Amino acid sequence: MQPTSHSFPANARAGLADPILQQALGLARTGFPQRRLEAIARLPEFEELREEGRAIKDHVLAYLDFYLELYERNVAASGGHVHWARNAEEARAAILDICRAANAKIVTKGKSMVAEEIALNEHLEANGITPVETDLGEYIIQLRHEPPSHIIAPAIHLMKEQVADAFRGAHTELDPARPLTDPRALCDEARTVLRPRFLAADVGITGANFIIAETGSSIIVTNEGNGDLTQILPRVHIVVTGIEKIVPTLEDAATLLRLLARSATGQEFSSYTTISTGPRRAGDLDGPEEYHVVLVDNGRSAMLGGEFQDMLRCLRCAACLNHCPVYAAVGGHAYGWVYPGPMGAVLTPALVGVGEAGHLPNASTFCGRCESVCPVKIPLPKMMRHWREREFSWRLNPPVYRSGLKLWAWVAQRPALYHALAGVASRLLGWAGLHRGRFRSLPLAQGWTAARDLPAPQGRSFQSLWAEHQRRPGRAR
Amino acid sequence: MSEPARVALLVTCLVDLFRPSVGFAAVKLLEQAGCTVEVPAQTCCGQPAYNSGDKADAKAIARQVIAAFAGYDYVVAPSGSCAGMVKVHYPEMFADEPATLAQAQELASRTYELVAFLVDVRGMDQVTARWPRRAIYHDACSGLRELGVKQQPRALLASVDGLQLTELPGAEVCCGFGGTFCIKYPEISDKMVTDKAADIAATGADAVLAGDLGCLLNIAGKLSRRGSNVEVRHVAEVLADMTADVPPIGAPAR
Repeated sequence: MQPTSHSFPANARAGLADPILQQALGLARTGFPQRRLEAIARLPEFEELREEGRAIKDHVLAYLDFYLELYERNVAASGGHVHWARNAEEARAAILDICRAANAKIVTKGKSMVAEEIALNEHLEANGITPVETDLGEYIIQLRHEPPSHIIAPAIHLMKEQVADAFRGAHTELDPARPLTDPRALCDEARTVLRPRFLAADVGITGANFIIAETGSSIIVTNEGNGDLTQILPRVHIVVTGIEKIVPTLEDAATLLRLLARSATGQEFSSYTTISTGPRRAGDLDGPEEYHVVLVDNGRSAMLGGEFQDMLRCLRCAACLNHCPVYAAVGGHAYGWVYPGPMGAVLTPALVGVGEAGHLPNASTFCGRCESVCPVKIPLPKMMRHWREREFSWRLNPPVYRSGLKLWAWVAQRPALYHALAGVASRLLGWAGLHRGRFRSLPLAQGWTAARDLPAPQGRSFQSLWAEHQRRPGRAR
Repeated sequence: MSEPARVALLVTCLVDLFRPSVGFAAVKLLEQAGCTVEVPAQTCCGQPAYNSGDKADAKAIARQVIAAFAGYDYVVAPSGSCAGMVKVHYPEMFADEPATLAQAQELASRTYELVAFLVDVRGMDQVTARWPRRAIYHDACSGLRELGVKQQPRALLASVDGLQLTELPGAEVCCGFGGTFCIKYPEISDKMVTDKAADIAATGADAVLAGDLGCLLNIAGKLSRRGSNVEVRHVAEVLADMTADVPPIGAPAR
């Protein structure tokens, strides 16, 4: 998908003005954090587990080449194939080749953010193959021809009325007069419509939450079981995932799984956790005949060994989105690409360029809530600041902002001048605001006063009052 | 109470410009805690430059702060944000300059947020103050998450005569101030402070306290624009029993 991150301010304004989005976000604002809190309260070792999770990912990133090659050998040993994709184009081509070789007409898909990142659906459709999203949220947004707005709850921006409208528009074979007000009815309808697609699919494509070097396995977690039907029923299973999803052992994956669901949805474990290792073996009752893994780099290896390496620890749990007040205000579409919220504010500039996505790391108050809930302790605000530093040193910020900042910094390095100006400003504003105690409108502060008052200063700077106070008789020091 | 100590007050640029009474409240509390207080000539901690990616200016300002605050037993700020800048971010900023790093770490080791300093370092467990209000306390982000300021203000406020402190749902959620954020993204900032003001209104409290003037200006400005008469104050003014001396933030002089 073509990023629109450069128009973040306009996207954000649209999100703020959208009553349905605001209603949906209002419901999500407290739900996820509350459930996470309850889940971790039941696990006293959660903090130690975070530290362990961080260490597992740091270790694997330090030896990434070793573990990826070990993984490739073990996938091959179990009868599967690994395809290396340096970028989105190579990933799309590899997947299309596999689909063509399988003579595929219908492809079912489990939820995969990497598939979104490489714009897979558009590519398959352009080549005469019908992709069918099977995660309920992904299915809804596929019908609406829009991108996900959240990495684990892709349709979180919608209320059930919009879902009903999308279903009525798409499922024209069903009785138009059927009631669709109950979430259960919507769920049942999706299930009814998707069931034959699962059976008709020639290829199933899933992402992976983890890939395991020691066994050549991939792991997916879902709450709907759709991933299992996607990867077990068709003749060919393709896993598409990023190179950073690798962990050394199943034991490591188990540790990270204990962090993942609790951080994401507040569940102790997702409803379905499925491990796939190669294609169906002789004597297996089910499973695909072919098993392929498309390992996508697409900018990730360039993050190794630099300021952004820690971002590659990300488990895609969405805890940072769920706790971000900026995300909660504007919703995921405002971020203009695949990854929204704090993790997107760090990852998107790395993958599409800071010129395109420079707004994202700026649109943060650095409140730090994201870092405090991250299951692998990614220092998200610090890395957003690193993007701001690059932006500043590459002169990408608006000139007015740069010169304003430079002027302020110049004055702040001259205490005598600074005190003189602070004295004048506090006296002037204090005098002007004396009567009301606040300003309803102030030149140069329209952004602030458009929607809130500016409390007036008390009228003298602290340092000038302190100097007087020190000169008072009897105040010997 | 602990041994006498020589404390340098890091006033913070917002208190210096907008609300000197917070500075005087801090001085009074520090003196009650057995400290002698001095105020070295200062401008700002450099956070606006640091958070805008202007690392060169941020470092220049930080060097100035390191020099100005050398030699005191402690450096105390009535702000978690500015104290966090010195305590957490100065060492981070000079990670690649070993000589300055040592000085930054030394300064960081004796820098504190005011209320955390009073309770954790000076062992203060009560104050002599009266303020008959039903109030809530908003946990400003940097103090809470960078410095662990959470229980200390609540512990001291519990001793204020007449004060009934209740918990604000979402007290740990950012108010939308964010320094330059509120200038760069005013509509998003407004949405955040609108939610905060609604949460405050829903508690029925008649006063809001916090430990950071940036957040307080934002919250007070939104509440007064909504026509609310909820009183907004820095926690230091209440603990120092100076609420009778100055009107609340954003309220006219009597």
